[in-house]
Amino acid sequence: MTIEQDKVQQKIVMPKNDKPAKTDALLSVQDLRVHFELRKFGFGHAGYVKAVDGVSFELRHGSSIAIVGESGCGKTSLMKTILALYKPTAGHVIFDGKDLSLLKGGEIKKYRSEVGYVQQDPYGALAPFMSVQRILEEPLLINDVKDPAERAQRIAKVLEEVKMTPVNEFLPKFPHQLSGGQQQRVVIARAMILNPKLLVADEPVSMLDASVRVEILKLLQGLQEKYNLALIYVTHDLSTVRYFSERIFVMYAGQVIEKGEVDLLVNNPLHPYTYALLQGTSDPDAHNSTVMKEVPPGEPPSLVNPPAGCRFHPRCPKIIKGVCDIKVPPEFEPVPGQLTACWLYE
Amino acid sequence: MADTTLLQIDNLKLHFKTGRGTVQAVDGVNFTLNANEAIVVVGESGCGKSSLAKAILRLLPRNVQEYSGKVYLNGRELMGLNDEEFRQQIRWIKMAMVPQAAMNALNPVLKVGDQVAEPMMVHFGVKKDEALAQAQKMFQHVGVPDDFIGRYAFELSGGMRQRVALAMSLVTTPDLIILDEPTSALDVLTQANIFNLLKRIKSQMATSFILITHDIATSSELADRAAVMYAGQIVEVSDAKTFYSEPHHPYSAKLMASVPKLRGNTIPDFIVGQPPSLINPPTGCRFAARCPKRFARCVEEPPVIQLDGNLVKCWLYA
Repeated sequence: MTIEQDKVQQKIVMPKNDKPAKTDALLSVQDLRVHFELRKFGFGHAGYVKAVDGVSFELRHGSSIAIVGESGCGKTSLMKTILALYKPTAGHVIFDGKDLSLLKGGEIKKYRSEVGYVQQDPYGALAPFMSVQRILEEPLLINDVKDPAERAQRIAKVLEEVKMTPVNEFLPKFPHQLSGGQQQRVVIARAMILNPKLLVADEPVSMLDASVRVEILKLLQGLQEKYNLALIYVTHDLSTVRYFSERIFVMYAGQVIEKGEVDLLVNNPLHPYTYALLQGTSDPDAHNSTVMKEVPPGEPPSLVNPPAGCRFHPRCPKIIKGVCDIKVPPEFEPVPGQLTACWLYE
Repeated sequence: MADTTLLQIDNLKLHFKTGRGTVQAVDGVNFTLNANEAIVVVGESGCGKSSLAKAILRLLPRNVQEYSGKVYLNGRELMGLNDEEFRQQIRWIKMAMVPQAAMNALNPVLKVGDQVAEPMMVHFGVKKDEALAQAQKMFQHVGVPDDFIGRYAFELSGGMRQRVALAMSLVTTPDLIILDEPTSALDVLTQANIFNLLKRIKSQMATSFILITHDIATSSELADRAAVMYAGQIVEVSDAKTFYSEPHHPYSAKLMASVPKLRGNTIPDFIVGQPPSLINPPTGCRFAARCPKRFARCVEEPPVIQLDGNLVKCWLYA
């Protein structure tokens, strides 16, 4: 049985037909794999870290998805591949009909101007020696906006857009003179200034206080609707996802194990891992302190040698012996609009 | 054990001297903690919650301008002790702390077992093998596998390192443990695991906890009572049931409304404006500028009102 498993892996890693499928979505990720080579003492090969292992999804103009998972599940690698910072090992990322891995120098620059990136730690993402004005001017200079008047006008407009008014008061300020929420607004303004079609937000509010979190998320949502942006929201916090995305993708050990519309997935999780994540998320309630939480035992597997079959099976409370630990589960759709890779729904 | 006062804090102040003026990080804080009780201190960043923890444990930086008030532990006044007495008799023996980001502050060149054993050797003068045996016992208690005792911090996952940091504070069996943001850098399931562990320790070892956090949703996992801090002051102390369902102070209510919830259909809202600077805090109620319910009297210092055993510092209840 293990041999069969090996065959499956091999077949996917080296697909015979390596042509991307046609798509009219803004962003199409097709069976994406990102593997990093591990080396022993600098040269000896010691295996691969399979950070992203067969992820596919499509994103249309103006739609938003959330990618949810714990640290080490591959969500950052997936995102960085979408930003063309990593090269895919196999599979394709198609943006506006073009395959990212085939783009050359100038085309990559153009692509990056169409994708905005909102970093997790706003203070770390802003150069401490640059004023707000210089921070926002830089992308314009790099992208050949030569007219100073036009630059000033675009900077003013984008600052108004992120509600940092009066604009002139903020322009000469340095990042350390701003609060965490204001810093994050500058990061969003910088991501927006080139009028991108896609915004990738990596845990944009995890470093902020509860009272500002919602404000920033509402701002992002407002921008998304106003400019018909596609938005990828990467997070580990399921409670914020509900209000700000249409679909959720739950990742575990490099793979998407469940995806679906937010309300369906939150109210009726199918995969045991999604269920555990939802159970693990607390709501403020005095009753919580009187009960223990259900937590699956163990920790996420190593991505060098992930378990055979379903990668969650060693921790799964609902394991079907002889199935889950041998065969990789395909995607099932037990509820229309909600797909899960779990043998329970065969 | 119920309702015996373990810790009582009266008018505790901790002010820092900085280039721009005096920062009133903790400005007249009062609360009590019963034995085997957990109180959470919630508030936004910069409201002085970590300074409060440091003031209680007397872990002070050099630029202290004012440090005053009374702290009673089991009826014994602590502010009168000199630093050496405090170190020898109180810190880590009666009260211990898991500082913020403790999991990342473990010594990288010492085995974690040795680090957990160290407080026993320093404070009780026990031999190393004995201290290690004690550390081993603590590891079992916090759910770290036995053989991890000989490992280094980098060989452990985040959740395991947090457990080691917790074992370090537990090994001397103190009455009170102060936890400063114990789960803020951890994943959801690891967080849930750590809170399960804390609940177990609380019921088995009868430890009291002060949990300092900005994460209101997870704070409810441990809280018997909650203290809300705003701009260096405590504005409300309520039992968990009141605080998480219908808090009294307008700031607590706004804070609670800003928490996104997984269940239910309330849409979260945010608090307009920013907390005041602690260098020159406004006179009167410090929240008044952002308060939806402010009225003329709010320019005067609000009194602390008793409401069925809960405390609220607000003119609305006067």
